[in-house]
Amino acid sequence: MRRKRMNRETKAFYWFISPWLVGFVVLALFPILASLYYSFTEYDVVHAPVWIGLDNFRELFHDEQFWNSIRATLKYTLISVPLTLLLSLAFAMLINQKVPFQSFFRTAIYFPSMISGVAMSLLWFWVFNPQAGLFNYVLSWFGVDPIPWLLDARYAIWALIIMSFWGMGAGMLIFLAGLQGVPQHLLEAAKLDGAGRWKTFRNVTFPMISPVFLFQLIIGIIDSFQVFTQAYTITQGGPSYSTWFYVYNIYINAFKNFRYGYASAMAWILLIAVMIITYIIMKTSNRYVYYEGGQSR
Amino acid sequence: MNATAIADKEPAPMPRKRRRLSWGALLGFALLLVVTVAMLSPLWFMVSTSLKTTKEMLAFPPTFIPETFAWSNFAELFTNSDIKFGQQYGNSLIVAVSSVIGTVLSSSLVAFGFARYRTRGSGLLFMLVLSTMMLPYPAIMIPQFLLFTKIGLHDSLLPLILPNFFGSAYIIFLLKQFFSTLPNELYDAGRIDGSSEFRLFWNITLPLAGPALATVSIFTFIWSWNDLLAPVLYLDSQENFTLPIGMAAMMSSKFRLAPWNLLMAAAILSSLPIIALFAVAQRRFVEGIVLTGIK
Repeated sequence: MRRKRMNRETKAFYWFISPWLVGFVVLALFPILASLYYSFTEYDVVHAPVWIGLDNFRELFHDEQFWNSIRATLKYTLISVPLTLLLSLAFAMLINQKVPFQSFFRTAIYFPSMISGVAMSLLWFWVFNPQAGLFNYVLSWFGVDPIPWLLDARYAIWALIIMSFWGMGAGMLIFLAGLQGVPQHLLEAAKLDGAGRWKTFRNVTFPMISPVFLFQLIIGIIDSFQVFTQAYTITQGGPSYSTWFYVYNIYINAFKNFRYGYASAMAWILLIAVMIITYIIMKTSNRYVYYEGGQSR
Repeated sequence: MNATAIADKEPAPMPRKRRRLSWGALLGFALLLVVTVAMLSPLWFMVSTSLKTTKEMLAFPPTFIPETFAWSNFAELFTNSDIKFGQQYGNSLIVAVSSVIGTVLSSSLVAFGFARYRTRGSGLLFMLVLSTMMLPYPAIMIPQFLLFTKIGLHDSLLPLILPNFFGSAYIIFLLKQFFSTLPNELYDAGRIDGSSEFRLFWNITLPLAGPALATVSIFTFIWSWNDLLAPVLYLDSQENFTLPIGMAAMMSSKFRLAPWNLLMAAAILSSLPIIALFAVAQRRFVEGIVLTGIK
């Protein structure tokens, strides 16, 4: 009797998870293994893949475009992710005080995040227009001469970084939810103990919202490693490869130059980079992340 | 803990404080005002540009309110046969709605399986689900692309829709968390009646999961609506474009001069479904952001 029931449960289990199981094998496992194989081949689809060992990786090592793409992506990530995170935390804390018009500010700062993807890129392309754009117009109030934001290799990536701040509203909402979860009695206790604002933040608030912080940091970095829309829509990687982002480089090599093997090598490097970053952040987080119940994962 | 106890005991009624903003609070308020203006001004610029004539749109300094309201810009998006905006809007809707249906159906099935049954290997398989959550699409897109091309689905919307019917790791994870909170007793009555496992799922679990399903639907819709990379790989002909790729193509198409007024009108129209979702389901919407960190 019991065995029959087990069987029935096992059957039901596999029946329910079968969509994922099929999808996992066909759309994740197979592609991961296939791209690993392709990364050791020369492959243009028309001809069968030719095994060339580590040649793709050797070529990457001397490929200026590849290093450009790493430089651009890292620069973008290292500046935009922490700053956006800090900005969104700062404004979440400001709004979380008892400011007047709290919900107005919350919605107003979040609202721009609904103009996302290509729509956002188009808008900012126009905002950064050197002649008629809003940004240079506002700067002109302060006597700044027109800056060719997206046409100059020195400024283009900074323009994209400034643009990324505009999307801080989503992060702010996440932090607000976290801040509202900080138990009031802890904050009152800190106050009674005579802790100032900074001390309260350092020792009570931040530890309580640190899992939220970590989550956003991981998602932010991984998303930022895959930045593509801005390069495709606005800059085409230029000027002078200054915004030649990593995934844009993969896209160009695979789908414009038809070098699927070479691009697969890069895809695998991305996969490993994402795994390492995730691992490092999870590992080092033990030091500053507080999970409720005192358990640190 | 003790501190609250003490605070509760404090008997002396506080003298009624006059509500007075401290300098710090005032500074914070001013800062919020400035940032709000800074955040909203590009939106204003977008809306005003979308209503300007081509001549006025290039004026410097930019006018804040258009001299004449060129509503025809919005109409031109649909009437100009070089753009095919209406058709692309439809394509985006088809892709996003089918993705929502596919993802929610498949992910809730899978999540139910993981939440309800403990059997050999189920723990390990769930670890596998979690491990694919961080899998970057660019890392697997080349073989996926070659696969879908091989079965003749190039330049069609299907490669954008079909993968959603096999569940999404993150949504499986979220729904599993939710289903696990439902008490086992719920199912006992059904089991005694001899209902099939699928009936337990369909008639008992899903109706209880409405809010959770709404949240993940919103998340999936936004994600699919904004996706650019996959459409760029698969779609070649303008009639098949989804909005993001269509708008990107408008940028670089036959116009001698980038039609910023039209592009801004397109940006506004393309954001409307998301704004509408926010307006009608703000609570679920915000919950979706908080749970998934979508931007």
